Amino acid sequence: MSDIAQLRNDFVTLNQSIEGNPLVYLDSGATSQKPQVVINEINHFYSKNNANVHRGLHTLSERVTSQYEGVREKLAQFLGVFATELVWTSGATHSINLVASGLTNQLRYDDVILITALEHHANIVPWQQLAQRTGAKLKVIPVNDQGIICTNNVLAQIQKWQPKIFACTHASNTLGNILDVQVFIAQAKKIGATTIIDGAQAFLHLRPNLRQLDCDFYVLSAHKALGPTGLGILFGKYEQLNALPVYQTGGEMIETVTFDQTTFRQAPAKFEPGTPNISAVLGFGAAIDYLSNINFSAMHKYEQSLFKYLLEHLSAIKGVKLYGDLDNNIGTISFTFKSEHHYDLAMLLNSYGVAVRSGHHCTQPLMQALNLNGTIRVSLAFYNNHTDIDRFISALNNCIQLIEG
Amino acid sequence: MTYQEIHDKLTSTSSWQQSYREIMLLGKQLPNLPNALKTEQAQVKGCESNVWLHVELDESQQHMLLVGDSDTRIVKGLLAIVLSLYNSKTPTQAAKIDAYQEFESLGLIKHLSPSRGNGIKAIVDRIQTIALQWV
Repeated sequence: MSDIAQLRNDFVTLNQSIEGNPLVYLDSGATSQKPQVVINEINHFYSKNNANVHRGLHTLSERVTSQYEGVREKLAQFLGVFATELVWTSGATHSINLVASGLTNQLRYDDVILITALEHHANIVPWQQLAQRTGAKLKVIPVNDQGIICTNNVLAQIQKWQPKIFACTHASNTLGNILDVQVFIAQAKKIGATTIIDGAQAFLHLRPNLRQLDCDFYVLSAHKALGPTGLGILFGKYEQLNALPVYQTGGEMIETVTFDQTTFRQAPAKFEPGTPNISAVLGFGAAIDYLSNINFSAMHKYEQSLFKYLLEHLSAIKGVKLYGDLDNNIGTISFTFKSEHHYDLAMLLNSYGVAVRSGHHCTQPLMQALNLNGTIRVSLAFYNNHTDIDRFISALNNCIQLIEG
Repeated sequence: MTYQEIHDKLTSTSSWQQSYREIMLLGKQLPNLPNALKTEQAQVKGCESNVWLHVELDESQQHMLLVGDSDTRIVKGLLAIVLSLYNSKTPTQAAKIDAYQEFESLGLIKHLSPSRGNGIKAIVDRIQTIALQWV
């Protein structure tokens, strides 16, 4: 466990003062901090290797292309899939939009798209718009008062609605709940539904094997998993992936072009027009190497122990109300304090150097279901430590005093 | 409290926490708007919290009269500062007020930055636009 705690030293951003206090970064759900190796890799690319990929015969281009495709291989191994099944996108949002757009012709009037009430806007709006384009119906599996969805209810709803598409988050960005997606996917497959899992939050904390999960599509964002911003990944089982029509067109994704007609390459190339985000891919490669060197079960244990410590201290504060599944959780908690506005608490916490997220967290329908206008969200990662939590709790108590004093 | 009194108070604070305490106290002293006045028209867009603002002109005095409210303590306090800057000023005087300069001198300029989403900038912009119409 102490080995994991040492890793914090690799994240130089954490080592600074805010408003005269040590930074306490508890907003990893918004974006993770980056280890030095990722920053170095990007720096190295631009200072030594900068060239375009798949376009030149010269040494630099050849070198970068092989590194760039090497990252795809590396990530494929990490996820337990084939490199040809991974598409580079600009983020998880882009990945979902690509799939939702691509499935347009597979939907008919009155078909059902089933999602859960926990979804981020990025896993709601593309489906809602797809439903509006096709006359399909969007159905939502509700949460209880605590913000929990029970597995049996999901299975029953899949059975009831017989959806053509089942889209679900692997872990809630607002509440941290881990969903039993493997069981959901198995059930959805029985009725022939296409399954899409949003792994933006889960990937860093759960390291899923996608072949085991057996979903058709899985999306993630590099920047939430130690990588650079502006890079996402779409995994799709090859046959389903390659069956999707092209989403955006342009250079590099084509086979032949005349002024009358174009033929396209096979997946993943056909979904990657234009110059890709090369530096981000290389940086993400360094992040995957970094993660591969961390023992997952030790990391998971450490994160869970931090989370338990956080919950113990947070729930001890009178007037604090916690939401979500506190047992199956990636280390993210949403809370309110009495009827205080999340804005005030977040601003006051910042004056103590504490960075949290406040608001609706891009989950307005979930907020409506919980009858809230927003929460404070604390989201942990393995580079946090017990001192971070002590400082946060002490700052929160001070803020409460300021408000009530 | 006049703007000058607010200015003296805020510039004598020694920590952010103390400033916030004063700001929240100013918010507490600002009377709540009755619900009937919390109309959609009065709502200032671009705020993470709800902010309502009414700006009227006292025809006989040629003075501006402003009332407002917010559902957060800090924004309500900041709103109180803005209102103290503009209340009872003629439109011509109001148009000459540099709210940025004033917030700078209060050490609160970061509250006018767009990323905070607190809408102080939107509030000031709305008042300025209305004042200019009356000049």
